[in-house]
Amino acid sequence: MSSPETWTHPEPREGPAATAAAPTAEQVIAGLRATSEGGPELVQLLTPEGERVPNPEFDRYVADVTAEDLRNLYRDMVLVRRADREANALQRQGQLGIWVPLLGQEAAQIGAGRAMRPTDMAFPSYREHGIAWTRGIHPKELLGIFRGTDNGSWDSNATRFHPYCIVIGNQVLNAAGYAMGQRFEGRVGNSGDADDTNEATMVFFGDGATSQGDVHEGFVWAAVYDAPLVFFCQNNQWAISEPTERQTRLPLYQRARGYGFPGIRVDGNDVLATLAVTRWALDECRHGNGPVLIEAFTYRMDAHTTTDDPTRYRLSDELEAWKLKDPIERLRVNLVRHENADQAFFDSVQADADALAAELRDYCFNMGEPPIEQMFNNVYAEPNPVLDAQRDDFLAYHASFGGEH
Amino acid sequence: MAAPAINKAGQTGGPGSADNAVQSLTLGKALNLGLRAAMEADPKVLMMGEDVGKLGGVFRITDGLQKDFGEHRVLDTPLSESGIIGTAVGLAVRGFRPVCEIQFDGFIFPGFDQIVSQVAKLHARTRGRVKMPLVIRVPFGGGIGAVEHHSESPESYFAHTAGLKVVSCSNAVDAYWMIQQAIQCDDPVLFFEPKRYYHSGNMKAEVDTNATPIPLFQSRVLRQGTTATVVAYGPSVKVAMDAATAAQEEGKSLEVIDLRTLSPLDLAPVYDSVRRTGRLIVVSESPSEASLNSEIAAKVQQECFYSLEAPVLRVNGFDVPYPPAKLEEHFLPDLDRVLDAVDRSLAW
Repeated sequence: MSSPETWTHPEPREGPAATAAAPTAEQVIAGLRATSEGGPELVQLLTPEGERVPNPEFDRYVADVTAEDLRNLYRDMVLVRRADREANALQRQGQLGIWVPLLGQEAAQIGAGRAMRPTDMAFPSYREHGIAWTRGIHPKELLGIFRGTDNGSWDSNATRFHPYCIVIGNQVLNAAGYAMGQRFEGRVGNSGDADDTNEATMVFFGDGATSQGDVHEGFVWAAVYDAPLVFFCQNNQWAISEPTERQTRLPLYQRARGYGFPGIRVDGNDVLATLAVTRWALDECRHGNGPVLIEAFTYRMDAHTTTDDPTRYRLSDELEAWKLKDPIERLRVNLVRHENADQAFFDSVQADADALAAELRDYCFNMGEPPIEQMFNNVYAEPNPVLDAQRDDFLAYHASFGGEH
Repeated sequence: MAAPAINKAGQTGGPGSADNAVQSLTLGKALNLGLRAAMEADPKVLMMGEDVGKLGGVFRITDGLQKDFGEHRVLDTPLSESGIIGTAVGLAVRGFRPVCEIQFDGFIFPGFDQIVSQVAKLHARTRGRVKMPLVIRVPFGGGIGAVEHHSESPESYFAHTAGLKVVSCSNAVDAYWMIQQAIQCDDPVLFFEPKRYYHSGNMKAEVDTNATPIPLFQSRVLRQGTTATVVAYGPSVKVAMDAATAAQEEGKSLEVIDLRTLSPLDLAPVYDSVRRTGRLIVVSESPSEASLNSEIAAKVQQECFYSLEAPVLRVNGFDVPYPPAKLEEHFLPDLDRVLDAVDRSLAW
């Protein structure tokens, strides 16, 4: 039986672990930066030791959060981590072709995702398993992407969670357009009883994506059209093997100033602070003061994907330092310290996590092969005689083998 | 959901109203009226592009639209082609029908990633749950004496990309109807406009705004003939028609087919024609290697193998970067190069 505190590490691949013995100066510097506290402007409500620290600006955005809400946030994070670890294991066992771990980013994603209303829209990158969870998407809906049976099976209209975007940064412009549409339709800045009709959009991307032209253009478009868009950058310190200083000279949240909207850095391992800051940002957007950039300062505790080997480019000391700032552990300590959760609660979460993992595992093992015609269907919304003929020819050819090919 | 029926332009009394249904229009003005009719028919239709609002576009194709429909329906956008396409994707997800103008053919490439990675694939990626009913208008082709990047013919890139549809108009009547049909289409459409004929007075045509247009994704025989078949699209259609007129004086009867749709190709009229003439010349300004003309040649040899009296001959631009303006007359397929190809075909 595993617990939330159990890690799995990618097995180093064949060949020398180039840097394990003698770190370069760059690696040491990158590690020091990555393990810094995030600077004096980091918004934090829960210290790594689980202590609630007051924040005059953001306390009011979580004033309504009850002990039960805190327990639910904890439960969310534990379940999401467990699903992530199970999927990682399924890849190791050959059941998935690849997995993209979110380990360490649970607070950033649960905090941000739980700040959204059902009517808000989310545009993810491809590591947003925690955001998906908050949009009501079961982790099994993600598996097709990684097993190669589809590109994600959730209904993006019903869940208001756009398909995963694998090209780095594309989704930022798509989100900007969607948010422009919300504004054009008058879903921004309504007051009084109409406040509930206000909407906002969130877009998720990483530190590496900030170097993409599409992210720059997304900042420009959202700014000049006053789009209700929260740019949520999870700075997990690493873009595969490249540290954040390969992308930027100044803290990422400070880039917002150049585009003319607010930027803020939040402790992305602090679910309460992330919830508060994201609620504030969404509020700003819904009331016509968008866009807003949030940089969630966090850490990718596992590899970029299951094909990656972080031992080649970063030090294990760095990971050890971030383990002390674990997003789940700090909330667990807080719940215990304030007697807001007892052992029965933790046992029930553990049981739920075990059940979720078993369900995911069972689902994965029983996923069928996609039908051949699937690749031809839905390429177009309207008929395409050329493609239809190609499909019919191939299906007839395939059928000529009598199902033995 | 079915697209709304085509509005008969200007039923409120503007240009093209019932008592003024037939007008003599340039290709550019026909596009302008077609866009106007589409905006009147469906409030979800948006125009977006660089300088398309107050200026009416550098070619004036969107002239007057922002004044009449407002800044939220005709967007003067930042100078950002990836942004134009990328935000149009999000607007389409939201339920809008964006019509993007790319100012010149050679400027589409910053938007290429969004077109190929998002526009073309979202419908398939979502197994049909998300439609991409957007139109990307591209003034294309040469002959205007422009500087680099202003005269290119990039249509084959898009015809090569699954998930996109690609059309090109060659005359005012098609311009008026095809742009409205493209906007109604639930698939993304690349719409290539022969910019050199936008404002040609001698290309004016009688456009009956009460007529019933032929379907968008259909080729059309423009001129019947028996000696050889000439297939063209966009600006090359006029070249093909002029060649047919000249050939007539030499006693050669050329059949001319305007492709109109580049993806999906509608080659049934071409097969039918080649089975009668036995000879095919395909004309396009684009470079010839791995081009639409190559695809047409491949398909015709497959479908009409026993009817062909000669190999399919391509008359294209050359496989060079589009040349400086003083050289473009040598680059562009013209009447003589088409007639030369006809002669070579006949001599085979």
